[in-house]
Amino acid sequence: MTEAALQMGKRRHVLDLDDFVPEEFEEVFAQADAMAEVLARPIAQVPALRGVTVVNAFYEASTRTRISFEQAAKALSATVVNFTAQSSSVVKGESLVDTVRTLEALGADVVVLRHAMSGAPYLVARHFSGAVLNAGDGRHAHPTQGLLDIYTMRRHLGEIRGIRVVIVGDILHSRVARSNLWGLTKLGAQVVLCGPPTLVGPASYWEAVFPNVRVCYALEEAIAGADVVMALRLQKERQESGLLPTLREYIRLYCLTPERLALAAPHALVMHPGPMNEGVEISPEVATCAQSVIEEQVTNGVAIRMALLYMLAGRKAEA
Amino acid sequence: MRLWIRGGWVIDPSQGLNQAADLLVEDGRIAQIVPRGAEAPSFVAEQTLDASGCIVAPGFIDLHCHLREPGEEDKETIATGTRAAARGGFTTVCAMPNTIPPTDTAAAVRQLREMAAQRGVVRVLPVGTITKGRAGKELAELAELSEAGAVAFSDDGSPVVDGRIMRHALLYSTMLGRPILSHSEERDLSADSDMNEGPYCTVLGLRGNPAAAEVAAVAREIALAELTGGHMHICHVSTAGAVELIRRAKARGVPVTAEATPHHLTLTDAWVAGGRLASQLSLPESEPLIPVPPDLPPYHTATRVSPPLRTRCDLEALWEGLRDGTIDAIATDHAPHTWVDKECEFGYAAPGISGLETALAAVLELHRKGVVDLPVLLRALAWNPARILGLPYGTLQVGRPADVVIFDPEAEWVVDPAAFASKGKNTPLAGVRLHGLARWTLVEGRVVWGPPAAPGR
Repeated sequence: MTEAALQMGKRRHVLDLDDFVPEEFEEVFAQADAMAEVLARPIAQVPALRGVTVVNAFYEASTRTRISFEQAAKALSATVVNFTAQSSSVVKGESLVDTVRTLEALGADVVVLRHAMSGAPYLVARHFSGAVLNAGDGRHAHPTQGLLDIYTMRRHLGEIRGIRVVIVGDILHSRVARSNLWGLTKLGAQVVLCGPPTLVGPASYWEAVFPNVRVCYALEEAIAGADVVMALRLQKERQESGLLPTLREYIRLYCLTPERLALAAPHALVMHPGPMNEGVEISPEVATCAQSVIEEQVTNGVAIRMALLYMLAGRKAEA
Repeated sequence: MRLWIRGGWVIDPSQGLNQAADLLVEDGRIAQIVPRGAEAPSFVAEQTLDASGCIVAPGFIDLHCHLREPGEEDKETIATGTRAAARGGFTTVCAMPNTIPPTDTAAAVRQLREMAAQRGVVRVLPVGTITKGRAGKELAELAELSEAGAVAFSDDGSPVVDGRIMRHALLYSTMLGRPILSHSEERDLSADSDMNEGPYCTVLGLRGNPAAAEVAAVAREIALAELTGGHMHICHVSTAGAVELIRRAKARGVPVTAEATPHHLTLTDAWVAGGRLASQLSLPESEPLIPVPPDLPPYHTATRVSPPLRTRCDLEALWEGLRDGTIDAIATDHAPHTWVDKECEFGYAAPGISGLETALAAVLELHRKGVVDLPVLLRALAWNPARILGLPYGTLQVGRPADVVIFDPEAEWVVDPAAFASKGKNTPLAGVRLHGLARWTLVEGRVVWGPPAAPGR
């Protein structure tokens, strides 16, 4: 058994990628390969997690991630309970700790948590005896998205070490960017963060934390020779809160257009975590061009989530 | 009634004392200081405290303390808060007025004093609000608050946003001779923030409070003190930029004083990241004086405090400020909260640290690590706060009230919030090994903390 297997075997939760070791990524990806094979079968379901209860606790609106987790759990024959709550009801006095205890008492084995507040999964993990899978917390982390993004890159580019990834858009508010940063830098990729300074934040903050990360405000310069170009969703409220002069100016400077994509390496992949604002951060032609792997990201997401659910909860099912 | 404090090392910055000496307390006042080796005194004392191995110093005065009563007795009461103060070596605490209702009328001040007289273990001095209801719109009746016993005015917890109101408060206070205690924060810059803005904030995905939010607000307060001649006291200074502004203001004679808290003097934003991430990143720009415990979880809400824990550069500026007198006082900003207030998402957690019972040991780290001398720390804990408020305490001068702390600077202990007298168990220092414990605390010659005095000399 490799050290990585021991690492993953010891792991109770996946809350972020900041505590992953490089071998652990390989372990998850190998498991995801097996899950992708399951998904390709005529009957895409295995009994691996029969008797395991997975609760999708979504404190923030999400369609895509929730459906992806639900599909992953069902493909493994887990019992799936979906639970949605508005963060505002939490503020009104329905505490997260109380909810977690209730879920525990109801026999939940895995809690998949989506929450608007950064760090919330750590609180849940402290009060829950089962496994916690972070499905996105505030601006902090979205580890399954980071893993599926890197998994997708690896399938097309082979090696992650040495590749150049440009992430363009609202980096400051993006948990997807942060999880990709941890994963990619741990695996030896170079990352360029690109966007207006108000949406990237001071370069010194990023460069202090991550090796191999560079901040660049000009998309044309950032994109030159890139192996992967990842556009992030731009929330319309960023303009209202004074971070941007106009959407129009943002589009002029940062929309991923065919002309800009032409500056990247010829084999460059186009990625987007969704949901897309076509015509804002990415032009419709680029979103659907031959280099785009955006739909494949969605498919790979189910395989990655199956792999993680299996690795975290599989032991219980076997017992 | 005579009490002899024997065998200790007396440090009293108010009179430059730093020597082995015995202290005679008579009828609640300092009667005599007898340097060791001097001629044996002729008096006979009814009671004795054996202070061997201990420092004997003026009882600490906390300019900034939240006792929560009335209104939030689940967080703290006058009884529990003042007991915590006594255990921490404090003999006087200033009760901040952000209670429910706030201390914004003479009646509220009188009520607080009555409650303190009945249930307080140490002396409680009320701070009145600056504005009615702490709403920042109209001045409270500052003269009447002062007559009723308010020693200073503050809307602490919130800044006075309207500069015109702050100007009038300062100007009005000049006829009362009482300071304005300013919570200096430019809210447009710090709104909805969780922690200090910087690399840790960025990687944790929390909302940043930039140092500039404090620096900009302090600049306004200094300008208004200069304009009005009113005594402006800056609460819980946390940034290097504010220290520098205060230093320059003092140099040109502006009536400004300042305090810093034990947590802002010893901890940094690395504490918010928790032990694993802090050690993984080991950012030198956020290296705290007290190392982050390896098992401290990330996003621990005990580290959520306003103003937020800052950086190494801010710590060093605060130390320099203490050494050169720019930072006059060490105040706890003791902010007790319940488990429910804190055991929630970081962004929803109430800001504040329960600090009375760890303050001494935390600031002694500055002495142990050689960055600030013990007499400087003791001056900031007692004599300077007394002078800021014009109080007859904070000194061991003969004839003054015998407010005394006797502490063992080497006593090693592990912080256990469950053992706190305070109801507020919210401290990031839980489980941390510190040095320094108050063995006895005396208010006007009465032992309010520590074993009873032994009979005879």
